[in-house]
Amino acid sequence: MSIILQVKDLVTKFYTLDGVVNAVNGVSFELNEGETLAIVGESGSGKSVTMMSLLGLIPMPPGKIESGSASFNSEEGLCDLLQLSPEEMRDIRGGQIGFVFQDPISTLNPILTIGEQISETLIRHKGLSKEQAREQTIKLLSQVGIPDPELRYKAYPFQFSGGMRQRVVIAIAIACTPKIIIADEPTTALDVTVQAQIIELFKELRDALGVAVIWITHDLGVVAGIAERVLVMYGGRPVEIAQVMDIYKDPKHPYTLGLLRALPSLEAKESKRLKSIKGTPPDLLIPFKHCPFASRCDYAFDRCWEEIPPLISVGEQHQAACFFDLEEGGPRHD
Amino acid sequence: MGRYFLSKLIQSLVLLFGVLFLVFMMVRVTGDPAALMLSRNASPEQLEALREEMGFNDPALVQFKHYITGAILGDFGNSLHFKTPALPLVLERLPATVQLASVGMLMAIIIGIPIGLVGGFTPGSVVDSIGRFLALIGQSVPNFWLGLMMILFLGVRLGWFPTFGRDSWNSVVMPAFVLGLPVMGQLVRLTRSAVLEIRGEDFIRTAHSKGLEPRTIYLKHVLRNVAIPLVSVIGVQFGYMLGGSIYIEAIFAWPGMGGLLAQSIGWRDFPLIQAIAVFTSLIVLLLNLLTDLAYSIIDPRIRYGR
Ligand SMILES: Nc1ncnc2c1ncn2[C@@H]1O[C@H](COP(=O)(O)OP(=O)(O)O)[C@@H](O)[C@H]1O
Ligand SMILES: [Mg+2]
Repeated sequence: MSIILQVKDLVTKFYTLDGVVNAVNGVSFELNEGETLAIVGESGSGKSVTMMSLLGLIPMPPGKIESGSASFNSEEGLCDLLQLSPEEMRDIRGGQIGFVFQDPISTLNPILTIGEQISETLIRHKGLSKEQAREQTIKLLSQVGIPDPELRYKAYPFQFSGGMRQRVVIAIAIACTPKIIIADEPTTALDVTVQAQIIELFKELRDALGVAVIWITHDLGVVAGIAERVLVMYGGRPVEIAQVMDIYKDPKHPYTLGLLRALPSLEAKESKRLKSIKGTPPDLLIPFKHCPFASRCDYAFDRCWEEIPPLISVGEQHQAACFFDLEEGGPRHD
Repeated sequence: MGRYFLSKLIQSLVLLFGVLFLVFMMVRVTGDPAALMLSRNASPEQLEALREEMGFNDPALVQFKHYITGAILGDFGNSLHFKTPALPLVLERLPATVQLASVGMLMAIIIGIPIGLVGGFTPGSVVDSIGRFLALIGQSVPNFWLGLMMILFLGVRLGWFPTFGRDSWNSVVMPAFVLGLPVMGQLVRLTRSAVLEIRGEDFIRTAHSKGLEPRTIYLKHVLRNVAIPLVSVIGVQFGYMLGGSIYIEAIFAWPGMGGLLAQSIGWRDFPLIQAIAVFTSLIVLLLNLLTDLAYSIIDPRIRYGR
């Protein structure tokens, strides 16, 4: 299995009137070919900013990528996404890396036909003629499960339901058979049954195309069905990375544990109440000198208030950034 | 599309009928129309003769029927002042008014929209500052003062433009500028804010995520969406310009409908006032219809009744 994307120490800040927002504070992860990696974390934990930084979609100003590297195994060979010229980046965006955004209502241009919005990607990257792009688009529409694709080609986004619109957005993302699809909370805005359909569609397409997927979500509940590995983020930092089963069965970070306890589970007894994590997400305007989760953590002890825990190996393919050993019930010895 | 347009057409016809009715009522509920039309020391015989001539002695319904059939045939009666049919008098002034309004609107569009676009794409730039200054001036400087200043400096001192009338090709420049300036300011502001708003939309981020060239994104995705609010403002403002340039026409002695309206009010020339009012309304309604049409061409949501 070869690595297709390796991100190292990504730091992104926003210089706003209120101060510097430390949105992403040293994110590292790798993505293997054909693999699905879930990125999980509460809203505001820097998931979207991480992905948009990689693709040069951060508004600059106020945003600035302070440091880091992202080596991508592109069709042209290995390259650092963060060092590309705008032109080179545009060739990769939409061509080799597809993006699916959260809200399908607002992510499509309201006054262009959906056919037009899909085929312009094909024309841009594949150099197809209008007619060829049209044929290809109609194929894509049926591939993402839109009935009457020839008719629907000429339809406008407002004539589609939310789920159907998200299928269109997915068609845009897969149009040029990318190597990676980044899906940023693609089902959050949809209702539950549609959510399940979209996840199903994603899995089908992923397996058919052999594409690697980064699946961003704040809901740990949907992760098990789709991802192989999970990266948990908190306060713009990765706090735990593991195989999906290890995350559920053997979480090593109190934040991950908190997210799991907040999930409704089938085995749980009726009386057991869901526990949401107490407190609020950290204020990103203040740079951290200690563990960002300490103030909300049941297990925090003095060391947690003195330094930032680094991400350390805690098992096979399992890393966590915590000084407390949940198994031993005491401070970790290292 | 067809249904949308048909419903707009019917709306316009209903409105036109409403205008006709209002104009009819205005003349008749503000007192004895004959007394209003004649000077204060007219003799009772003169009043009675006028009433008979204008049909004011007939039952209201009969009067209304006459009036409506007349209006439909373009017959608003004779002007009391000129003693000739009212409508041709109005039509005679039409070219001057249309010229003034069109040139004014063209200036507003040609100057206002590009400045607004540049401002929206590069907020804080020099052009943006000029644009915001222009928007402020356009909406705060009184047009009669601006007109007089232009006559004084550009007309009298520098001699660049004629100070009054419509005799030379460049006579239209100063009055049209004064008429167009507020709209220019409004267009700068509106274009700027629309560009800023659309640029921040999620679907523009989607367009970037597809790797499209910035030029394509601006032309295809931003500009077409920006055009939607612009079209409606241009339509409404053009209607105003065609109907209401009384001051500007007076200052520049421009021989348009506004001047005629001012005069006919002074003369209490009711048939002429009626003809102008109905005709101007007709123009505005037609313009609204055109605006709706343009609107529905750009925005499919309108076309499909959403
Ligand atoms: N354009 C921006 N300007 C200022 N702050 C921003 C901007 N975009 C995102 N942020 C901040 O970055 C942080 C991370 O946001 P985000 O990555 O969107 O979180 P999420 O994990 O919910 O996707 C948030 O605190 C957010 O307020
Ligand atoms: Mg997000």
